[in-house]
Amino acid sequence: MDVGLFAQYVMNGLMLGMMYALVAVGFTLFFGVLDVIKFSHGDVLTVGAFTALATYLGLSAAGVNSPVVQVLAIVIVAGCSMALLGALIARVLVLPLKNAPALNTLLITLMLGTVLRESVRLFYPEGANPKPFPSLLPSDALVLGNFNLRLDSVLMLAAGAAVIVGVQLLLNRTKLGLAIRAVAQDEETAKTMGINFTLVVLITFGIGSALAAIAGIMNGLYYNEINFGMGLLLGAIGFSAAIVGGLGNIYGAIIGGFLFAMLQTIGAVALPFASAYKDVFAFGAIILIMAWRPTGLIQEKISERV
Amino acid sequence: MSERGPANTAATVPHTRNPLPALAVAALATAFLITLLLVESQVGIAALIAGAAIATIAAARQGLLTRITAGLATREDLLGALCVAGVLVVTVFFHEDHFVLLMVATLILFVVATLGLNIQFGYTGLINFAGSSFLGVGSYTAAVLTMHTALPHLLVLLMGGVMAAAIGSLLLLPVLRTRGHYSAVVTIAFALLFKTFLEVNDILGGPQGLAVAGMDLFGWSFNDNIVIGDDFELSFYANYVLLSLAILVVAFIFVRRLDRSWIGLNLDAVRLDETAAACFGLNILRWKITAFTLGNFLIGVAGALYGMMLGFIAPANFTFGDSLILVSIVLLGGLGNAWGLVVATAIVVIIPEKLQAIQEYRFLLYASMVILILLFRPQGLIPRPLRTYFPGFRTR
Repeated sequence: MDVGLFAQYVMNGLMLGMMYALVAVGFTLFFGVLDVIKFSHGDVLTVGAFTALATYLGLSAAGVNSPVVQVLAIVIVAGCSMALLGALIARVLVLPLKNAPALNTLLITLMLGTVLRESVRLFYPEGANPKPFPSLLPSDALVLGNFNLRLDSVLMLAAGAAVIVGVQLLLNRTKLGLAIRAVAQDEETAKTMGINFTLVVLITFGIGSALAAIAGIMNGLYYNEINFGMGLLLGAIGFSAAIVGGLGNIYGAIIGGFLFAMLQTIGAVALPFASAYKDVFAFGAIILIMAWRPTGLIQEKISERV
Repeated sequence: MSERGPANTAATVPHTRNPLPALAVAALATAFLITLLLVESQVGIAALIAGAAIATIAAARQGLLTRITAGLATREDLLGALCVAGVLVVTVFFHEDHFVLLMVATLILFVVATLGLNIQFGYTGLINFAGSSFLGVGSYTAAVLTMHTALPHLLVLLMGGVMAAAIGSLLLLPVLRTRGHYSAVVTIAFALLFKTFLEVNDILGGPQGLAVAGMDLFGWSFNDNIVIGDDFELSFYANYVLLSLAILVVAFIFVRRLDRSWIGLNLDAVRLDETAAACFGLNILRWKITAFTLGNFLIGVAGALYGMMLGFIAPANFTFGDSLILVSIVLLGGLGNAWGLVVATAIVVIIPEKLQAIQEYRFLLYASMVILILLFRPQGLIPRPLRTYFPGFRTR
C-alpha cells in the first residue's frame, strides 16, 4: 500500500480512537466511583452535540461570527450543560439504585438513553433528520502525495489529548482527584475520612458527561453532520472499549478506545472481504478478546469475599 | 400451562378453593381485552387503560388481588386453561380482523421468546442483551430454509431454535468466562454485530430483507383464510394464533416444570451465589450452558414462526432497541416469574399499538414507564413468589 494512503488511514483511525477514548474514559470514571455502568452516556453525547449546534445557531443569530469565539462558546456551553445533566442523572436515577442489582442500574440508564434519544428526535426542531454541523476549525491542509493532513484534524487530536491528560492530572495531582480515587477504592473508608461521598460522585459524573459532550462536538466537527441516533453506537463502542481495556482503569479505557478504532480501520482496509464488514469484524474481535481476557486487557484486581 | 405436580391434582387434594372467583376474573379480563381491542377512539382507549390501572390498584389496596392470586397460585392448571380459553374467545370474536389477530399472535410469540430470556437471566442470572438477535436468527433460518429446501415447516420451526442455540453456543466461551458488566458487553457486541452483518450481507437480502414463505402444515396452508360452512370465515392470522398458542402452552408447561424441578433449584442457586453453589457440588458451567442454550432455542423457535407470520423480515426488525424491549418485559413482569411475563408482554405489545395517538411518542413514554417502575417497584409488576411444594402451606 502507498505510504500516503497508509498515513491517511492511520490519521482517521487516530481521530476515531480519540473520540472512543473520550467516551470510554467517562464509562470508566463512573464505574470507578460507583461500580455502575451508565449506559445513557452515548445519548448524553448526542444531547451534547445538539446543544453545541443550538449554541452555534444562537451565536450566529446574535451576530457573533468569530470562529474562535464560537468554538470556545460551544465547547463551554455544551460541556457545562452536559456536566449538569450528568450530575442530575446521577442524583435522580443512579444514586437511588445504589443498592439494587447491577442489572437494574444498567437497564434504567439504557432506558434513560432512549428517553434522551427520543426527546432529541421529537422535540428538537426537525430532530429526526440529520443536521449539518458547521466546520468551525481552519481546514487548511498539508498535501503529501495521497496524504492529506488537515489542520482541523490535528487541532482536534491535540485538544482531545489535552483533555485526557487534563483529566489524568486532575485525578492524580489534585485534592479532588484524591477524593475521587479514595471513593473509587473504598466508599466506606472514604466517608469516614470526611469525604463528601455524594458530592464526589456528582462531580465525577459531571466530568465524565462533559467528556462525552466534547466527544460529541469532535464527532460533529469531523463528519460535519450529527443525528439523533449517533450516540447509541458511539456509546456501545465506548462501553466495549472501557470493558476491553478493563473497567475502572483510565489507561485501559484509552487503550480500548484506540484498539477499537484500529480494529475498525483494519477491518475496512486490510481484510479480503468488503469494507462494509468493518463493524462486524471489530465487534467480533471484541467478543474474542473478552473470551481471552474475561476482565479486560488491564485486569481489574478482583478478590472475592465468600 | 398446567401445573400437574402430584400434589396439585384434584385426585390428591380436595378442592379447598372455589373456582368461581377465578372464572369471574378471567371473564372480566377477557371482556376488558375485547373492549380494549374493539374501541377505536383514542380517548376511549386511554380511559379504558386508566380505568384498568385504577381498578387494579384499588383491588390491590382492598386486598382483593392477593386473595385472587393466592387462590390461583395453587390452581395454575385452571389459570392456564382460563388464559387459553380467553385467547380463543378473543380469536373467535375478532375472526375477521387481521390486525387484531396479528397483534395477538405477536403477543403470544413474544411471551415464548421472553420465556427463553427468563430461563437465562430470571433463573440463572445470565444477562442476554441480544434477545432480538436470536429472534432474528430464527426468522432468517426460516426464510432461508423455506426458500431453498422442502423441509416440512414444523421442522423449520425446530431448526430455527436449533440455529439460535448453535449460534448462541459461539458466544458461550466469552459468556461463561466473564461476569457481570463484562458479560453484558459480549451480548451487546453480538447484537450490534448481528444487525450490521445482516445489513451488509447481500445473500441475506441486505437492508431490504427477505421474504419468508408462510407456514404450511401437512398441506394446510396458513396464509389462506379458514372457511367454515358458507359464511363463517376466519382471518388467516387465526392459524398463527392457534399454532403459536400451542407452542406457548408447551413452552410454558416446560418452563414452569423446569422451575419447579431440581434443575430450577440448581439454576437459582447458580444465580444467587456461584461460589456457594460450586461449594455444594453444582457444576456451574453445566447449568449456565444448559440455561443459555435452552433460552436461545425457545427464542429461535418463536423467531422462526414470527418470521413466517410477518412474511417479510428485515434487519430493522431485530435491532438492539428491540432486544432492550425484550429485556424490559422480563424485568417489568417480575424477574423469574413466568406469569408476570404474560401481563408485561400484553402491556408492552398492545398499548402502543392501540394508542396510535401516542405512536410517535411510544418509545419515549415506554422508556419513561420502565424508569418509573425500576425506581418505585424494582421487583416488577408481579414479583416472583416462593415455590410452594405443599398446597396450603404458608410460611407466616
